[in-house]
Amino acid sequence: MGWLFEPGFFSSAPVHTAVVIGGVVAVVSAAVGIFTVIRGQSFAGHSLADVSTAGGSGALLLGLSPLTGFLAGGILGALSMDAIGVQRVRGRDVATGIVLGAATGCAALFLYLDTTTHAINGATQQILFGSIFTIDPSTVPVVVACSVVALGLTALIYRPLLLSSLSPEAAAARGVPVRLVGSLFMVALAVAVGLSALAIGAILSTALLIGPAASALRFTRRTGWAIGLAMIVGVVTTWLGILLAYDSFYWGSSRQPLPVSFFVVAIDVVVYLGSGIPAAAARRLRPPSSSPSPPPSRLAPRPGAVR
Amino acid sequence: MIDSSAPTARPAPSPGPEPVLRVEHVRVALGGRTILDDVSFDIGAGEFTGLIGSNGAGKTTLLRVILGLLRPSTGRAFMPGAPGSRLRRVTGYVPQKLLLDPDVPIRARDLVALGIDGNRFGIRLPSRERRARVDEMLGAVGAESFADARVGTLSGGEQQRVLIAHALISRPRLLLLDEPLANLDPASAHEIVVLLDQLATEQGVAVLLSAHEMNVLLPVMDRIVYVAGGKAASGTTDEVVKPDVLSALYGYHVDVLNVHGRVIVVAGPGHDAGAVIPMDPSQELR
Repeated sequence: MGWLFEPGFFSSAPVHTAVVIGGVVAVVSAAVGIFTVIRGQSFAGHSLADVSTAGGSGALLLGLSPLTGFLAGGILGALSMDAIGVQRVRGRDVATGIVLGAATGCAALFLYLDTTTHAINGATQQILFGSIFTIDPSTVPVVVACSVVALGLTALIYRPLLLSSLSPEAAAARGVPVRLVGSLFMVALAVAVGLSALAIGAILSTALLIGPAASALRFTRRTGWAIGLAMIVGVVTTWLGILLAYDSFYWGSSRQPLPVSFFVVAIDVVVYLGSGIPAAAARRLRPPSSSPSPPPSRLAPRPGAVR
Repeated sequence: MIDSSAPTARPAPSPGPEPVLRVEHVRVALGGRTILDDVSFDIGAGEFTGLIGSNGAGKTTLLRVILGLLRPSTGRAFMPGAPGSRLRRVTGYVPQKLLLDPDVPIRARDLVALGIDGNRFGIRLPSRERRARVDEMLGAVGAESFADARVGTLSGGEQQRVLIAHALISRPRLLLLDEPLANLDPASAHEIVVLLDQLATEQGVAVLLSAHEMNVLLPVMDRIVYVAGGKAASGTTDEVVKPDVLSALYGYHVDVLNVHGRVIVVAGPGHDAGAVIPMDPSQELR
């Protein structure tokens, strides 16, 4: 295995931190990501990533940790999108677009100030594209706690969220507080995006949210299994990305590691594209049982029935 | 405005011992517009009732009032046998359509299972008992053959069957369906109507189904609630689908044509309509 693991990989403290944070974040992103895809809120997720960018870059200005900014920005963005009307299908894109524009403008200003007046080296790279190897190990407990909150929230609203995603009217008729459930999900989404921003950068956080989920959807018809599969894909993708980025230090002669985010997103895309092949093969081997089989009543209408 | 001799002025005396649902003088005004005005009717146990009216007549509004999702300005909808707060628990609801893509990972049987406890928080573990209950319900609506397919890949008629199973698995006394036939081809619509009629009989559940087209329902409807111009008339089809009753609802003359057992309501005054109520466009738009 020496060809795969370059020297010092297993003993490196930054690698340990990166592996823990990357793994935990991938698990949360997968669970939330499946619901994001089911609810058709990928654009909202991306917009929250932009709000996180503003939050993270603003936090640096204030001398706070980027994670604080990512989370605060994301949750604030989620709540404002919720208030403007992200839950109404027709209102979604407009609400999302307005929040996205405002946030990206702020991020441009904050990043400019970070690098110029505050002279924070690599702020733009760190916020936008992540730098998982430079995360302070003391961040780990916070990341784990936030992950537990986001996962717990998703588990709590699992069934009402699923039902209101499929039919808000049917959910309301069953007594589900549709609005509240939708708002709680937006909070879980904001936390997932914030954590993902820490791992692979704010701009790319949607990739970890949507990519593994999209690949998993191709292989299973069950929501629970899709979440489990997306978790596995997400964790493997992230860890492999970390490994390749570490190894890239030894590639060529420049002795500069390439960004983890690039590898994570590249593997993400390759897995998604590659998963289309076995999924298509599986469909061919096992035709869907939903082939139309007209019940007899279609052929024999009741006597006297008015068609 | 409605002739007091018409069967619309007040609900017909309840047909059975006690109606499942009683709608009393419901008036709904939203944003200054009166959508429903003094609507009253009863639904008896196991009855099949068609809620008929054109698009925008207020059918969905009325269903939302019955479900308790919309509070009427005056009047009320209640189940005489159940305290008001429990209305939803004894009412099953079938929405017009689902919001989902074919790749959404949820099987038909999962959607039916959500009818048992989709309103509960937390995660549940699979159980043999609930699986058996879901299988039984899927069988009752003829959905066994596509029980394990993704809901998004099913045809409109198949989705309606699954949605009916979803609504019925909590064993409601009343099943409300919002335009279930709107997106179906005639053959599938007929199948769904036959299925609902059968379920109403077998399971003793009262059915209230909204539709803008009544003909497919004529063979099975015990009663009709016809909504137009913010008003409603209820009774048997013969009592309600008559030129005088419907003209009173619409506020202008309409004719009812009977063509080989099919009914066509023709709006607007005919040349020989005689003493017609003058047409008022504002009322038609309501």
